[in-house]
Amino acid sequence: MPLGPSSHRAEPSEPPWSPSQTELDRRAFRQSRTKRSAFISAISTLVVGGLVIWLVTRSAGWPRVQTTFFSWDKAVDSFPVVLKGLWLNIRIMLICGVAIVVLGLTLAIMRTLRGPIFFPLRLLATAYVDLFRGLPLLLLLLLLGLGVPALRLPGVTISLAFWGGVAIVLSYSAYVAEVFRAGIESVHPSQRAASRALGLSHGQTLRHVVLPQAVRRVMPPLMNDFVSLQKDSGLISVLGVTDAIQAARIETASDFNYTPYVVAGVLFICLTIPTARLTDHIAKKQGWHGAGGTL
Amino acid sequence: MSLPTTPTALLSVRGLRKSFGANVVLDDVSLDIEPGQCVALIGASGSGKSTLLRCINLLEQVDDGVIELAGRDIADPRVDADQVRSRMGIVFQAYNLFPHLSVLDNVTLAPRRVHKVARAEAESRSMTMLDRVGLADKARARPDDLSGGQQQRVAIARAMVNSPELLLLDEVTSALDPELVGEVLDLLRDLRAEGMTMILSTHEMGFARNVADTVCFLDAGRILEAGPPAEVLGDPQQERTRQFLSRLAS
Ligand SMILES: Nc1ncnc2c1ncn2[C@@H]1O[C@H](COP(=O)(O)OP(=O)(O)OP(=O)(O)O)[C@@H](O)[C@H]1O
Ligand SMILES: [Mg+2]
Repeated sequence: MPLGPSSHRAEPSEPPWSPSQTELDRRAFRQSRTKRSAFISAISTLVVGGLVIWLVTRSAGWPRVQTTFFSWDKAVDSFPVVLKGLWLNIRIMLICGVAIVVLGLTLAIMRTLRGPIFFPLRLLATAYVDLFRGLPLLLLLLLLGLGVPALRLPGVTISLAFWGGVAIVLSYSAYVAEVFRAGIESVHPSQRAASRALGLSHGQTLRHVVLPQAVRRVMPPLMNDFVSLQKDSGLISVLGVTDAIQAARIETASDFNYTPYVVAGVLFICLTIPTARLTDHIAKKQGWHGAGGTL
Repeated sequence: MSLPTTPTALLSVRGLRKSFGANVVLDDVSLDIEPGQCVALIGASGSGKSTLLRCINLLEQVDDGVIELAGRDIADPRVDADQVRSRMGIVFQAYNLFPHLSVLDNVTLAPRRVHKVARAEAESRSMTMLDRVGLADKARARPDDLSGGQQQRVAIARAMVNSPELLLLDEVTSALDPELVGEVLDLLRDLRAEGMTMILSTHEMGFARNVADTVCFLDAGRILEAGPPAEVLGDPQQERTRQFLSRLAS
């Protein structure tokens, strides 16, 4: 078939488009390449994995490590208790997640406000971020979790899980605020100009034009922080709260078999993997976020 | 310098000055536009056309001078800029559509949020506008999925939907192929015939000649020559204007 320019024009009588022989060849080639790469990666994974297992299992200390860390019976035994502890981690991470997003976004908006009236707000937000981003989370947990309940303030809860959660929110919201701020500032000024030109106020511009674009752009790094939060929720175990890690510790105490820790680790990984895949998916879908442009 | 303002002018710019750092982009620019008139700004790239339009829309803070809209100085910081802007429409050289909103939502944003028009009403008005620019079938598309010319027409619909008193158009045809240029220019000609007051910057001398009542030639931030197209384009008085026009012609 001649591939002249006339072949682009759809004649009413012409049959609907079907791929040419050339295109079919290309597709067959691409498919064979895909199969080949899948085969190669499977083989290399098996070889590397096999090698690692072989090296580890033939080491001198392996039998001992196997019984202390990878005892199947102990794993089955401790699983329900560790899982029950994990439920606390999940609740903490969900509630903290919401609080972190709200607080982080508020801080980010405070930091991007212009004008002298907002100076105190800007200053406050900047000081907050500097303070809580600088303090190690573990330190914050100990200070709040052990300090505040010890004050025995009337009407203030002494729940360790609560104060642990507060510490996590304080620390994470400082990070998340910076992520949001980067997103807000990455929206091109021409977008604000276009919005203001339509008569939208500063607040309306933020709400309808800047934030929707900013939030979409920072979704992948935010999800990354969420994955990190999922595992950092385990840090509250230092307060003695019975989360997955603390539950595992209690289990190990009876016979010095550390398998429950491995169980907790596996459970944490199972918790974070779906979030990680979701992040990849969102990042991929957002190829379009564009919004460049000039004034 | 205080020239008397033409009492009937819808927009009257007097002694406008704007600089970016040491770069004086607009220098003592004065301009009057009567209701229903069309003013074309011509001039080389970088001569300050976009900046002048942005100053009129209060997107830039001027260094000096007066911008009177219906007799009121809008460059005055005590004036509510949002309210002033909602009386004007501007179409940017780079369209500046909102990429996260559909075409229809781009057009309905201002009626709904600024003018508090109910959603159904705003959508029907916007659809009428989109139909007018020939894009009713693209209402649900995202701006990024449209061609440059289509985006440009959405931007015009977005600027027009609030029935502005004054329409500012910044090189609305620069990104279009000749066929689309014709389409957009026809649209503008219709608007002009309906009595819309417009200021536009353009490199289309033919359009300036046919549609504009006044042509202003900007050079390095100054209006060197202004007057009816026949005079400015047909019989320019300034050497610089002649030079610019002859380069375009060749
Ligand atoms: N935000 C800005 N900051 C600094 N300089 C600017 C800014 N905007 C414009 N300028 C300068 O102002 C001058 C005039 O620019 P302007 O965009 O008004 O030109 P123009 O006449 O619209 O040109 P074109 O025909 O290429 O669109 C240029 O020298 C440009 O570098
Ligand atoms: Mg320009």
